[in-house]
Parts: sequence; C-alpha cells; structure tokens
Amino acid sequence: MTMPLTKNAISVSPLDDADEIFHRRRTPLAVKYRTQIRAFFAAILPPIITCAVILLVWQIICARPNSALPSPARIWTEANDLILHPFFVNGPQDIGLGWRVLTSLQRVAVGFGLASVAGVIVGAFVGQAQWAARGLDPIFQVLRTVPPLAWLPISLAAFGDSRPSAIFVIFITAIWPIIINTSVGVRNIPQDYRNVAAVLRLNALEFFYRIVAPSAAPYIFTGLRIGVGLSWLAIVAAEMLTGGVGIGFFIWDAWNSSRLPDIFVALLYIGLTGFFLDRLIGFIGALVTRGAQPN
Amino acid sequence: MSSFLKIENVDKIFTRGSATTKVLENINLRVEKGQFVSIIGHSGCGKSTLLNIVAGLLTATSGGVILEEREVNEPGPDRAVVFQNHSLLPWLSSYENVRLAVNKVFRKTETRVKRHERTMRMLDLVQMTHAKDKRPGEISGGMKQRVGIARALAMEPKVLLLDEPFGALDALTRAHLQDQVMALQAKLGATVIMITHDVDEAVLLSDRIVMMTNGPRATIGEVLPVPLARPRDRIQLAVDPVYLECRRSVLQFLYERHSYVEAA
Repeated sequence: MTMPLTKNAISVSPLDDADEIFHRRRTPLAVKYRTQIRAFFAAILPPIITCAVILLVWQIICARPNSALPSPARIWTEANDLILHPFFVNGPQDIGLGWRVLTSLQRVAVGFGLASVAGVIVGAFVGQAQWAARGLDPIFQVLRTVPPLAWLPISLAAFGDSRPSAIFVIFITAIWPIIINTSVGVRNIPQDYRNVAAVLRLNALEFFYRIVAPSAAPYIFTGLRIGVGLSWLAIVAAEMLTGGVGIGFFIWDAWNSSRLPDIFVALLYIGLTGFFLDRLIGFIGALVTRGAQPN
Repeated sequence: MSSFLKIENVDKIFTRGSATTKVLENINLRVEKGQFVSIIGHSGCGKSTLLNIVAGLLTATSGGVILEEREVNEPGPDRAVVFQNHSLLPWLSSYENVRLAVNKVFRKTETRVKRHERTMRMLDLVQMTHAKDKRPGEISGGMKQRVGIARALAMEPKVLLLDEPFGALDALTRAHLQDQVMALQAKLGATVIMITHDVDEAVLLSDRIVMMTNGPRATIGEVLPVPLARPRDRIQLAVDPVYLECRRSVLQFLYERHSYVEAA
C-alpha cells in the first residue's frame, strides 16, 4: 500500500524547520547547480558516446570506395537535404520525408483508431462472457500470429484498392493484442468491484464506464502500446507493396533507383517515429491510469 | 409473527467439481427494525457467506431471506454492504465514491443540487469532508473505511450489512470507528447486521449477538441478548458486571463449547 504524503499529512515541527534553514544555508546555489548539471550530463553523455562509437566503427568499415553499403559521411553528403529539410515539396513524388511520415501516420491513425475501438469493445465482451472467451480465444491466438503482410492479398481482393487495403492491414495487425489484453484486464477485475457494482445495481453501460474501463485501463494501454508498435511495422511493409507517398514506398522507390543513402535516412525517420508513437501511448496511458492501481 | 428481516431455513452448499461442502445448515434468524445484531464465530464458519446471502451476492441453496415481507434474491441498495477491505473505487475521489451511490439511488427522485447536498451530508456524518477530493490511495485505512460507511449509508438502506468492517484497522482507529458507528446508529436508528470475530466489539455494539458453531455445516449455536443501556461508553463498560457477564458467555461459547479446530 502506497500512501503519498499529502500537505495535511506533513506536520513540520519547529525543529525540522530550523534544520531545513540550516541545511539550505550550507548548500549555496553554485553547488546546487553543479549537481544538477552533473546529473544532466550523466543522463545525456552515455547515449552520445555510444552513438559516436557506432558511427565511427561504421565509417571505418564502410570507408572503402567500393564498399556495398554507404558510410555515414557518404550518407551525409548525398542525402543531407532529406535530413535538413523534412518538409520540402518539389513535385507530386518528390517531397520531404516529414510529409511521407505524416502520410503514413495518417493511415496508421485511421487503422489503429478503428482497431482500438473495436479491440476494446470485443475484448471487454470476451473478458466478460465465459463462453465467448472459450469460443473465440483459440481463433484469436491463431490469427494474431499471422504476419501483417499475409493479410494484404486478401484485403486487396476484398477492397480492390490499395488505400483501404493498407488501412485494413494495420487494423487486423493491431487489433489482436488490444483484444487479448483488454479481455485479460476485464477478467482480472477484482470481485470487490463487481460486488460494489452489484449492490449499487449498475446497469451494463454504467458497469463498463465506471468499473470495467478504469479497472482494466492498465491492461488496455499495454495492448494499445503493443498494437501501435505493430501497426507502424505493418504500414511500412504494406506501403512497400501498395505504393503511394508513404515512407514505406519511399524506401522501395529508393531501392529501385539505387539511392541507398536515402534508405538509411528513411530508417532513421521510421525508428524515431515508432519510438515517438510508443512513448505517446505510454504517456497517455500513464495519464489515464493514474490512481487505477488497487490499494 | 412478522419480523423486519427474516432468515429462514437457509442452507448453503458449495460445489467445486465433484466435491460439495455444506457450509451453512438450517440458519434461522429474525432481526427487528432498528436492532444491531452481530454475528460472531471462528474463521471459516460461514459468517461472511451468510452475510453475502442476506446481501444477495450469493443465493441460498435452500431457504431464503425475507426483508419487509419480500424475498431477497438479488443484491440491491436497500441492503448496503460495508466491505472488509473498504472496496472503494481507487480511480474516484472520496466524494465521487459516495456520489456514485447517491446518484444511483436518488437520480430519479432528487435534483442535482439535492444529490450534492446529500453527498456532502454523508461525508460530514463520517467527518470526511476535509478529504472529499482525495482518492482512496491518498487516505489512511480508517478514513477509507469511513468513506465506505458513508457510501453505504448514502443509499439509505433498510439494513446495513457490515462485513468485519474494522478487521483491517489498528486497535486505536478501530475503537474510534466503533464509537462513530454507535453514534451513527443512535442517530439514524439503522438496522445493522455486523460480522465480527472480536468479542469486545460484538458486546459493545450489539443488541444481540449471534454465535455460530464451527463449519462445515455451521449453524447458529446461541443468540445472546445484550441488555446494556445506550449510549454505551467503553470505559465505564470495562467494569460493568453485565458487560463482563456477556463477554464471558461469548468467550465461553467460542473457546470452551465450540473451540476452533484447525481444518485438516
């Protein structure tokens, strides 16, 4: 049981107060700042050093003029426009990587949004009804292992167009972890809360809104976080095949026209965007599930 | 002869796979309006099962519970429960926890303003208005239980069911809350059924003490009336011969005639 100290709970005795002032006098601002700066560098230096070492090793390995892969220096000289200007527009297929990432993110937003809504509803239902869990769980367990791209031919056949197909691939990829995690969260709602709901005679809607959603929120957000990562994996793969202006197609296009340095820059964009998506869902989750832990 | 609350010939059999256990056998109890009844017995004797049957959270295998001439067969706010582990919803503040109950019971009959006032009145009754915006994780165990009591009282139940309400609290907090519950019951004239395993608590609070035999096949062994005038004061009672005699007979029941046997 955690019990954070609240304002009322802290009673400061005169002695503590005196001690506090004494302590403050003994730590001048310069010392305080010095420790803060030290902490900042302790956090920031290791990643900078590791990055520098990796780039250096890479540079040494790929420095030969006939090397198959470009060195970091060559990437910089040939593709620095892509890094420095993410939002240029020179024509319908010649646009900055920022725009391409945004186009892909738009598709992810639609597909992942639909998957979130459907996944949470289906997951809550599966977690609540035992017979539904028994009937559907094996199907989910099998389908969730199907690689995203395996769905693409089916969705192309069903939708006949590449845009909805790509969105469907994201949807079908992201929905399984959301369903499975939500249903586990709902199954784990403590009996105490169910008793409270029973005594208060909450109806199905109130039960979902008041008990199920907040109680299962930590599980739901775990599912959403896995789901958003998978959909970002899926969109890049799907776009390679369906075309368009997304970041995935850019890689395929760069490969076909032998612009290897561009591909490395695109990988950097994809990685950073995926990292950002993961942190975003994690942050929203932390915000929403604040206080949802039993105590 | 009609009583306010009647528990009639209640049996409860739990089935797990092929194994069946008869937990309660032939329980008969009548509770009059405004009475404070304690149910005491060793752990595992089915006290909580009996309370859950009255609450409607469990159904009796045979027999039934009748409240004001109507059979109880599902949970409802007319039989509000204060759970042992408070069971407040941790994502709601104290106010919101009580308000949820108020909204549920009085949504159709009272305005929003009235419901707010009622919620505040309930929090005031248990002296928790100062922490109304705190979440359960931010207040002490005794405070949580007070909010739990406020939530139960807010439903204006016909019967208040207390399931070892002070079991998880330290002795000083427990004594303080017992006094508060006594004062509340005197003020509201509530009908209360309380589960406990604390002999002093049972004698101090109750009009009648229901003593249960050991399970399985537990039943009511004896019902002891506590003829002590109210209001009761725990310090004066400590030397009161009637109090001591009641205490002695409960202890005798629990430790001589039905001493606790460790389940094999």
